[in-house]
Amino acid sequence: MESPESSLAASAARPERAAAAPSSGSVRLPQVRVRPVDAFALERRAAELGTRSIKGSAQLAAFDLTVRCMDLTTLEGADTPGRVRGLCGRAKHPDPQDPTCPPVAAVCVYPSLVRVAVEATAGSMVKVASVAGAFPSGQSPLANRLDDIRRAVADGADEIDIVIDRGKFLSGRLGECYDEIAAAKQACGPAHLKTILEVGELGSFDAIRRASMLVMAAGSDVIKTSTGKIGTSATPPIALCMAEAIRDFVEQTGRPVGLKLAGGIRTTKQAAHYLVIVNETLGSGWLHPDWFRFGASGLLNDVILQRRFHRTGRYARPSDLPVD
Amino acid sequence: MNEMGAPKTYKLYVGGNFVRSESGRVYPVESADGSTVRVAQASRKDLRDAVVKARGAQPGWAGSTAYLRGQILYRVAEMLDGRRDQFVAELENGGVDTYDAVSEVDDAVSAWIYWAGWTDKLAQVIGGVNPVAGPFLNVSTPEPTGVVGVIAPPSRPLAGLADLLAPVLCGGNTAVVLASEPAPFAPLTFAEVLATADVPPGVANVLVGRTAELAPWLADHHDVDAMEISGVDDPALAVDLTVRSADNLKRVARTDGARTPRTDGEFLEIKTVWHPARL
Repeated sequence: MESPESSLAASAARPERAAAAPSSGSVRLPQVRVRPVDAFALERRAAELGTRSIKGSAQLAAFDLTVRCMDLTTLEGADTPGRVRGLCGRAKHPDPQDPTCPPVAAVCVYPSLVRVAVEATAGSMVKVASVAGAFPSGQSPLANRLDDIRRAVADGADEIDIVIDRGKFLSGRLGECYDEIAAAKQACGPAHLKTILEVGELGSFDAIRRASMLVMAAGSDVIKTSTGKIGTSATPPIALCMAEAIRDFVEQTGRPVGLKLAGGIRTTKQAAHYLVIVNETLGSGWLHPDWFRFGASGLLNDVILQRRFHRTGRYARPSDLPVD
Repeated sequence: MNEMGAPKTYKLYVGGNFVRSESGRVYPVESADGSTVRVAQASRKDLRDAVVKARGAQPGWAGSTAYLRGQILYRVAEMLDGRRDQFVAELENGGVDTYDAVSEVDDAVSAWIYWAGWTDKLAQVIGGVNPVAGPFLNVSTPEPTGVVGVIAPPSRPLAGLADLLAPVLCGGNTAVVLASEPAPFAPLTFAEVLATADVPPGVANVLVGRTAELAPWLADHHDVDAMEISGVDDPALAVDLTVRSADNLKRVARTDGARTPRTDGEFLEIKTVWHPARL
């Protein structure tokens, strides 16, 4: 009978990876085990965790936690310095009517706008995250990607969001993937590295689990679901799958890794569902902006509407809030 | 009433769907035939959902041509007239005698026809070209207020609803209606007419429940732009709704469904444009 646990080294030894191995001489695959995923059980459990009723003061705490764990994001081709400044203003004071509303964790922008964001968030708790490394495809020469990262860090980014090269991962060149992420981590220097798996392009829960383990082993500080640029992004089963990967990784190595969910999270209710998943899988220690993030743009408005309702007892008006 | 013996479940009409209450609640209504019917009882969350749907549908409804809106409202009258026997029976179940039920269906049909005719004439009557002392063309045009909360009267559940709802829809507004609490059968069946008359989903939402419990949530709701409270019988509730509406400067109208374009003026904003007469 086959062992229920494969390892990255074992999966990496499959022919397609072996063929790629010579091209990256420095491959030293980490010895982390990857547990296979029972997709049915995963989906069941993820759905079950969505049935919790969170009301009253717990609900208010969930609203605030959602805001504190948010990477307020604008990644549009049409981004301008003015728009980024506006976003930073909202990041610092999400609800101008309510000074008790905490600031968000970070703003997430394109590298060319990092300086604007750094200036606009100066003196606040809000960090600046930048996507880098040929976001959202990851398909450009490694040297260029690393350069991109170094420049964003030099401009003042506290956190760097990169994407894995799915082409390499899917064709089994795990060693190259590993090396690229390790190199990116080095290029980040003091900045935090968040690595996007782009789960919608990985095809299966097993692949998501394996990619999570690979990325964590390569030194990423945070694993992140998606770019938000393709149709499929964060879903509760995928979040659970990645949270379980983190749990396994911590068990095996003792190094905690953060989780960032991005794409498609628009309502407070969805956010609460994810908070439950993280709490139940990784423990309340992960319910902190250092270890958990939502990458979103529309979610903040919904949370503010809910907070206002909580405070005033009147349903609030969506069009009273900025569009983005 | 149901010859095939399939008792009807009376449901709410929200966003083009016939739904049970989110809360799962029902309330008992004594039918005139002696039976007790349990009708879906809307909760404040149903009301919130209905406002979201109404808000979503509003730009599309206001943006459709006045001609098309007129066609659709006229089709409401057609569908209603075609099912008049059913509505007479529903009204009788709600405690109206046959003579009054027939005349109430007549009144409702005529209200929808009346307001169907006004859709493409309001701009001429309410708006217009204003004489100004300067070289300008000065034009006023009416625009819909937005989402209107309509409290329909408990009595005359069908015609009373038509009198209040039709003018609101006529001007390009969308509506969340709290229909008659004691006689919900005809209004909830009327929602089927709205659904088959091509009224776009969300444009008119029909809820029933404890009016005194729900109406304040509607008046408090910041995403509701106007309230039509002609159907409120209790003077204290009417005052309460008016005070609550003031929080976000909602318009509060008591038109009693009068058949005059002034009724529609209560749910229209006037936009005035100055245009240089010579360039």
